[in-house]
Amino acid sequence: MKIHVHTRVNGEATEFLCAADRSLLEVLRDELALTGTKEGCSTGDCGACSVMLDGRLVCACLVLAPEAEGRSIETIEGVAKGADIHVLQRKFLEHAALQCGICTPGFIIAAKALLERNPDPSEEETRYWLAGNLCRCTGYDKIIHAVLDAAADLRGETR
Amino acid sequence: MARVFFSSGLRRLTGGAESVELEARDVRELLRALDADYPGLLAQIGDTSAIAIDGEILQHAEALLERLRPESEVHFLPQIGGG
Amino acid sequence: MSEKPRGERKFKYVGTRPIRHDGLDKVTGRAQFGADYALPGMLWGKVLRSPHAHARIRGIDVSAALALDGVKAVITGRDFPDVASEAAEGGEGANDFGDLAMNVMAREKALYHGHAVAAVAATTARIAEEACKRIVVDYEVLKPVLSLDEALAPDAPILHEDARATGHEPLPKGPSNVASRRELGRGDLAKGFADADVIVERDFRTPMVHQGYIEPHAVLARTGQDGRSVVWCCTQGPFMVRAFSAKVLGLSTDMIKVIPTEIGGGFGGKTTVYGEPLAILLSRKAGRPVKLVMSREEVFRATGPTSGTHIRVKMGATRDGKLTAAEATLYYEAGAFKGSPVNAAMMTVFAPYKLANVRIEGWDIVLNKPKVAAYRAPGAPMAALVVETVMDELAEKLGLDPIDLRLENAVHEGVQATYGPKFRAIGFVETLRAAKSHPHYKAPLGKNQGRGVACGFWFNAGMSSSANVSINEDGSAVVVTGNPDIGGSRASLALMAAEELGIPVENVRPVVADTEAIGYTDLTGGSRVTFATGMAVIEAARDVIKQLRARAAQIWSVELGSVAWEDGHALLLTEAPGVHEPLSLAQLAGRAAQTGGPIVGRAALNARGAGPGFATHICDVEVDRETGAVTVLRYTAVQDAGKAIHPSYVEGQMQGGVAQGIGWALNEEYVFDKNGAMENAGFLDYRMPVASDLPMIDTVIVEVPNPMHPYGVRGVGETPIVPPLAAVANAVQHAAGVKLAELPISPPRLLEAIDRAS
Repeated sequence: MKIHVHTRVNGEATEFLCAADRSLLEVLRDELALTGTKEGCSTGDCGACSVMLDGRLVCACLVLAPEAEGRSIETIEGVAKGADIHVLQRKFLEHAALQCGICTPGFIIAAKALLERNPDPSEEETRYWLAGNLCRCTGYDKIIHAVLDAAADLRGETR
Repeated sequence: MARVFFSSGLRRLTGGAESVELEARDVRELLRALDADYPGLLAQIGDTSAIAIDGEILQHAEALLERLRPESEVHFLPQIGGG
Repeated sequence: MSEKPRGERKFKYVGTRPIRHDGLDKVTGRAQFGADYALPGMLWGKVLRSPHAHARIRGIDVSAALALDGVKAVITGRDFPDVASEAAEGGEGANDFGDLAMNVMAREKALYHGHAVAAVAATTARIAEEACKRIVVDYEVLKPVLSLDEALAPDAPILHEDARATGHEPLPKGPSNVASRRELGRGDLAKGFADADVIVERDFRTPMVHQGYIEPHAVLARTGQDGRSVVWCCTQGPFMVRAFSAKVLGLSTDMIKVIPTEIGGGFGGKTTVYGEPLAILLSRKAGRPVKLVMSREEVFRATGPTSGTHIRVKMGATRDGKLTAAEATLYYEAGAFKGSPVNAAMMTVFAPYKLANVRIEGWDIVLNKPKVAAYRAPGAPMAALVVETVMDELAEKLGLDPIDLRLENAVHEGVQATYGPKFRAIGFVETLRAAKSHPHYKAPLGKNQGRGVACGFWFNAGMSSSANVSINEDGSAVVVTGNPDIGGSRASLALMAAEELGIPVENVRPVVADTEAIGYTDLTGGSRVTFATGMAVIEAARDVIKQLRARAAQIWSVELGSVAWEDGHALLLTEAPGVHEPLSLAQLAGRAAQTGGPIVGRAALNARGAGPGFATHICDVEVDRETGAVTVLRYTAVQDAGKAIHPSYVEGQMQGGVAQGIGWALNEEYVFDKNGAMENAGFLDYRMPVASDLPMIDTVIVEVPNPMHPYGVRGVGETPIVPPLAAVANAVQHAAGVKLAELPISPPRLLEAIDRAS
């Protein structure tokens, strides 16, 4: 028996059918073709599937798809507004904060959530906030620089 | 005369010699000459060992047709790979 | 066309830091990785895996699975041809096709927990999973071999009864778990040690660890009516996937086309095949496309980690710090099938040092664990761990600065390496000097803090690469190569083409092509792409320039020799200035059709002259004596890159390798239960470094140009993971006043070492 779910994804009214035990991650990728959100582990340990659910940072692999009913989801596909990329996306590129790029969507969603709550995080605060996002390529150095630089930029400062 | 070096694993079959000088235009000829002088050596070297010629490490099959200079130095190495 | 000597050449684009061409797609989630593809009518594949680490497979009954609604195909070992033992070309290092075929799908025996025994394709993933549960396998469970000591015990169960040890005598006669034993060395070891004033001997065990790429293996295969398959997969080598899959399935290579997707990390773990032949065969049987994606658990249990090891090193030195002799015995786990990276370990172990008397013995041992695969500088980090801790102890006993001891013995151009050949131009000494003069080296340390130094080396590979450079009508260029981009290589290749052509790098479009759109290219790995594929790109660009000069010569009615190429323009050399204005690439491109046709350059080569890369690392740690926790306070990595084409990505390779090495040193290990099942097959308990575990990683790029490459490039990707294990271990030993013998230096082990020391 499939459940008919009505939700909002990246500002658009969206609906889908799913079995009760499908995860939000599976539905985003396989039903809605929003493959920007990645699967790294499906146990909530790597953060590659980070999305915003009603303004809260979650791992989509730990959310059951029916839980999206009546709620609002933001994925990586919704971060840039048309041709204008978000300052985080620009800083990731400028700082070469990605190598293979598989963890990048998760980091951008997570970093955006950080900066929305705390516009002036310290290096330590940034590292602990992002501790739920695994990266195997970069050693995190350039990612942290990119996030701190984006934060400064949003505050109207230079770093 | 190309100089061929033998690491300790091969010296059992060369009577203890650490290196030897041979006339050979290319590696194929070199191996034939070694086979003639040291029975069993080629079998021990095998056909998957890498071969270093003047510092250039080549895979076995590619090395066979390499021309040797008069002062070339040749070493036999185990096959290795990167990641 | 003249070329300035390398040392004087001023680069215009090479050495800058442009935004990578695939960057926007990656930060917006548009880039398509292995699991991001779908086709109409697609089926989902699932693999049934052995729950036993060692078992004979007496029979498999798939009838209940086939009877399940939605199941379209089931395969087992019976559906595969027998593949003879044969050295596998096209991958990395010593692969055997016979072993590979048995690893991809078990035949008579299941040889590790997680070994594939059957696979199913069904209309949904859930149905495929259910079908797997309905397959009945009749196992005769055998005693598993789960450690090096167990494998070598006289009464050990034997994995491969028909196999015999190869290599250098003395070798075990009859069936054993020794796949090979080899020796390397020269000089007079006994005399060397007799001449030493100080001798240090250390013994280390390191665990099996995984490359830890965030993207699980994924493949989508579609087979047409003519039996030809198209495969989308995340791989380090599309031509390797084609060759290996063809071999395993008994097909000719022209029956398979491989399209490499974006790849979410490899580090060597994606230089072989696992699911690709399965997906191809399932799609052939079902007549529909099949998508097969590994779960994280499957990645840990059933892909190749790197070897656990047991290594002993003994080194002797005179009072004034000259090394006189060195001996190493290396036991490496191969996993279920032969082929650990012990050979490379034997060659790298003493490679940084001048040694007349050296003996190295390497053992390749099979046991009931997953077949190991390449992991960044395969075999080298573990060997460097032991050598560099011995060097550290020698320095301490001799009262010498650790870097000075290494400077005293460092190899340089002309020195005969311990593995045989003479070194050409290398930059080891330069990295040692740069590390010694770095502010990090003199920074004060506090209580329970310690500093470790370690060095590392990797050969770097050349191998085969093809490249096409075509010029568009508007003067922009397309650079086509066959190497998946795992670290920003596309940007570097574009920079090299831009440099040769003399046009902005934004006007160069780098493309990673499939196996039907570019000539044969060896895989991405071995730190070879910027070096070897870069060489092919430069040659192809020079081919284009020759054609452009010919077009200009035609337009100006002059000889080819009168036309030079400079800064993106054809220049007439012999006429007075002003008679013929220089023609830009765009102008010539716009007139291509009238001057002879399209302008396309090509190159296909075996890249010679790969230059070894050396590194020196400095690590500061603080130890908590109550909990055994280790905090990495500061890390500086110095490495010789020859010439850094895109410095940000060279820095990135250094930082990434360091992070992996730190994880290997402090936390990562495969934990097996007594039946050989991995207990921590997930990211929660297989603990890789996260952002809060690490400080900023400072990098210093030293450039001692490789004289064999047009720009002086050396590979950089693998060397960075070689020093960190020892750099961290040495730092912890100094901070805690202990002598370590085992990795990882996890809190319980460190506490034990602290207790022993006090």
